[in-house]
Amino acid sequence: MTSPLLEVKNLRVEFPTRRGTLLALDDISFDIAPGEILGVVGESGAGKSLTGAAIIGLLEPPGRIAGGEIRLAGQRIDNLPHEQMRALRGRRIGAIFQDPLTSLNPLYTIGRQLTETIQTHLPVSAAEARQRAIRLLQETGIPAAEQRIDQYPHQFSGGMRQRVVIALALAAEPQLIVADEPTTALDVSIQAQIISLLKRLCKNHGAAVMLVTHDMGVIAETCDRVAVLYAGRIAEIGPVADVIHRPSHPYTTGLMGSIPAMDEDRERLLQIDGAMPRLNAIPRGCAFNPRCPQVMDRCREERPDLMDAGATRAACWKVVPA
Amino acid sequence: MTPLVEVKDLAKTFDVSAPWLNRVIDKQPRRYVHAVDGVSFSIERGRTLALVGESGCGKSTVARLLVGLYAPTQGTVQFDGQSTSAERPAAELRVLRRRMQMIFQDPYASLNPRWKVLDIVAEPLREHGLVPGADAMRTRVGELLRQVGLAEADCEKFPHQFSGGQRQRISIARALATSPEFLVCDEPTSALDVSVQAQVLNIMKDLQRRQGLTYLFISHNLAVVRHVADEVGVMYLGRLVEIGHKSEVFAQPRHPYTRMLLDAIPDIHMSGRSRTPVQGEVPNPLNPPSGCSFHPRCPHANARCSAERPALQTFKGVQIGVQVACHAVEEGRI
Repeated sequence: MTSPLLEVKNLRVEFPTRRGTLLALDDISFDIAPGEILGVVGESGAGKSLTGAAIIGLLEPPGRIAGGEIRLAGQRIDNLPHEQMRALRGRRIGAIFQDPLTSLNPLYTIGRQLTETIQTHLPVSAAEARQRAIRLLQETGIPAAEQRIDQYPHQFSGGMRQRVVIALALAAEPQLIVADEPTTALDVSIQAQIISLLKRLCKNHGAAVMLVTHDMGVIAETCDRVAVLYAGRIAEIGPVADVIHRPSHPYTTGLMGSIPAMDEDRERLLQIDGAMPRLNAIPRGCAFNPRCPQVMDRCREERPDLMDAGATRAACWKVVPA
Repeated sequence: MTPLVEVKDLAKTFDVSAPWLNRVIDKQPRRYVHAVDGVSFSIERGRTLALVGESGCGKSTVARLLVGLYAPTQGTVQFDGQSTSAERPAAELRVLRRRMQMIFQDPYASLNPRWKVLDIVAEPLREHGLVPGADAMRTRVGELLRQVGLAEADCEKFPHQFSGGQRQRISIARALATSPEFLVCDEPTSALDVSVQAQVLNIMKDLQRRQGLTYLFISHNLAVVRHVADEVGVMYLGRLVEIGHKSEVFAQPRHPYTRMLLDAIPDIHMSGRSRTPVQGEVPNPLNPPSGCSFHPRCPHANARCSAERPALQTFKGVQIGVQVACHAVEEGRI
């Protein structure tokens, strides 16, 4: 087995507030192999975007990493000085955010933003950088790239902008791309184009992807493995097909059952009553216990860690062999 | 049986011209967006019609036209056999409008943050003078809240004390206050997480069963539409391109756009399947393509498609009750 590209071990992220410290990510551990696509799903507030932000070193203060470590190709990156992290971001880790309009500077042409990124990270001349930028735009499927490179972001449609953002993320040939809800702001027909583009490009460039999304459909057809987050912890992690079709954690089961499917008729959707707890009121024991249909006494007292559950790993006392 | 809601040739045009001075200086003409352009459909009592389409296709405008938030540029909306035209006396319209209510997309924006839930839900009752007295009002609001799975005690709380799903239930309770027959739901679950979406969709279905409600359900999510709808209308750039019973439209979509939409949805049960993404994007509605507005993206387009606008109609060979606006279907090319 090859060594993982990204290793996250016992990552904790906390937010100190006046009313005490909130633990937003609690003991998150996972790996991403080179070239692998790992999906991270969860409902709003589960901590999925925060996980991405911690990896690329863009946690919004007062949020801070309170424990654990993040390693990229064996090198520890969570405690790097600001300048080194800056050099690494973009060069070895690329980022794609949800809203393509806010991740592009409206005052600079697309070409200037691309060449700036390329020249910051790679030792190439201005002319070479421009050639490279045009090639990248062509690769991402932007028609007439030679002309469009000198246009401004507002002259591009939403789908085209997201293609530019993908080109930017890939500009310096990073080993890992953190994509945070890259298709959420787009229509379904465009979403399909962007997802297949992202998949194809990352394969061609050999980049691994951490894909953060709330859309299980996108995960199902894009990812190799998926991590399900709940209240700042990983509830279940494993190969996509196993997590979707044979989930071990009751939360995953509920999540899958609550998604209306295209190929079956159900009078009612499976529903998980209640809502995810707020960070200042995480219940004792398993965070899911107040909503869990299979709750036991032990769940209210002791917090389960990730345990082997067939093909996946789940944090649930149910999976313990009796 | 006459349908509860009947919409004929509905159109809405928005003036999006530049300010007068700019027009004079730059010698620009006035510009209009045809947000809804000749849409006709009807909804039987107790049924759900869902309108789907991508952003900018005019589905929300249709919703607003139906409840009277916009005045149509052209066409008519008949509710229970009566016209809802703004030319009718205001008193008659008030009675009519009490029988239809709307649920909006964003439960964070549609509830007044300074009002208690009691006042929010009671507003339509007060507005229409339906419940006399504070005690009776409280009882009625409590009843409404229980219907949507909240507690009577929630009356005294403010919207910020609720989660997104609970807020959407408050919106539903408010919409149900006047005992309407027809609810227009504009993307009621798209701001919610999936597990919460399931709760809200289940409540809406239960209410429909118990109270015989009729829904117009606007959504961009085809899986949700497939779950809630009886009839489905697919919109593209202000027009209906296909409408028919859910099972037919989903099992055997006829219009190339419907096929494309269905193809484009990522489905959790098709792990590893590669989609064939459609090329192109929705054109600018300010400057829609000639003929069939889908022709620049359509794999079956020919010269006729770019010249002549297809009408929504039934065809031989197409399932009963399904109407399609496509030359290729008419000519039997697809």
